[in-house]
Amino acid sequence: MIDKLKLVDHVQAINWNRIEDEKDVEVWNRLVNNFWLPEKIPLSNDVQSWNTLTPDEQLLTMRVFTGLTLLDTIQGTVGAVSLIPDAITPHEEAVYTNIAFMESVHAKSYSSIFSTLCSTKEIDEAFRWSTENVNLQKKASIIMDYYQGDDPLKRKVASTLLESFLFYSGFYLPMYWSSRAKLTNTADLIRLIIRDEAVHGYYIGYKFQKGLEKVSEERRDEIKDYAFNLMFELYENEVQYTQDLYDGVGLTEDVKKFLHYNANKALMNLGYEPMFPKTVTDVNPAILSALSPNADENHDFFSGSGSSYVIGKAVNTEDEDWDF
Amino acid sequence: MTEIVYFSSISGNTRRFVEKLGRPAQRIPLYARDEPLRVDRPYVLCLPTYGGGNGHGAVPKQVIRFLNDEKNRSLIRGVIGAGNTNFGEAYCLAGDIVAAKCKVPHLYRVEVFGTLDDVRTVDEGLESFWKRQSQ
Repeated sequence: MIDKLKLVDHVQAINWNRIEDEKDVEVWNRLVNNFWLPEKIPLSNDVQSWNTLTPDEQLLTMRVFTGLTLLDTIQGTVGAVSLIPDAITPHEEAVYTNIAFMESVHAKSYSSIFSTLCSTKEIDEAFRWSTENVNLQKKASIIMDYYQGDDPLKRKVASTLLESFLFYSGFYLPMYWSSRAKLTNTADLIRLIIRDEAVHGYYIGYKFQKGLEKVSEERRDEIKDYAFNLMFELYENEVQYTQDLYDGVGLTEDVKKFLHYNANKALMNLGYEPMFPKTVTDVNPAILSALSPNADENHDFFSGSGSSYVIGKAVNTEDEDWDF
Repeated sequence: MTEIVYFSSISGNTRRFVEKLGRPAQRIPLYARDEPLRVDRPYVLCLPTYGGGNGHGAVPKQVIRFLNDEKNRSLIRGVIGAGNTNFGEAYCLAGDIVAAKCKVPHLYRVEVFGTLDDVRTVDEGLESFWKRQSQ
């Protein structure tokens, strides 16, 4: 446990008219524009679809969501908050408070899904599973340990890996259901969470890289070793957790590709080169298009035959500054 | 002999991708006080999109300023987008918008600063793209 409450030791009134790092303003604005609440999503339209899932599929889905709830709870109450004392600018502190709050919104939104789709007894059982699953608890305790350590750069590594890697064994499933036209409203909500986590991972990774610029070559090497070791440790555990969840439905290998793909992007958010080769990151195209309608290979002009390629479909833009 | 014009914010992911290509490139200035960039040869524009906002403001102001220059605009031949599929519908949205407005193809999309495979594909792709352009 934390022995002593760690807080910022000196606070000045925050002046948003004097900016030291423009990225703080940009990300604050982005996060505010992306703000959402689960009450806006018509989750009850998924009830019929939920009833078409087998009992095993329902159980899997609930377990996945309790696992995600745990990660969002950690990030909301400990992770993002633990970054505040390390912040370099007052605006960075403010961005972390926004991130912390949104993580609490995410954690709560899983409860909205549960209360819409499941009985109280089923919900309680799923939460009990989450406290008893060894690999889920291990993932939580690895991260919690690093948040309580005394190294700001290592804390940012742990936080970025949580935001950009650890969620994805769970995010896979609603994308899978969505690709089969199931639980589509739930998937809409999850996509909003994914979008938020992507901005969080980008920002924390950026602040990490700014921090690295100020330290010695030796220290940079130490941090890089640490980051890759932590990635390996989390990855090994993530593979076991994935097996616990998905072996029963035969999706483990497909989920692992999604893990590799996202592990690469998590490392890139930290400024490191991706680690997994193309041969193991070939995510099922149906999952990629559930994630983003632009992600399919028909959009590759260079290597495609060009037959399915369309030049610029009309895109709405509200930018007023164009002259043409 | 510029053949890539790019925009990259201070986080520098797009700059890093363009540098890995090792092709002659020029960066669109970040600040309004900077001297505006003017080009006089055909180029491919490389630009990022960072998540959400429902399409509003997806194209950086600096890129709009660059393209509002009629000569600059007349020389654009294609777009390469950078982003993250986790941004959903906004993945490389700025690239889509510029491609549609300038009526040029959105040639390729990379995530964050691109993998080595992306670098290889884009490098080879641009090589043959420019050959076809000059025919």
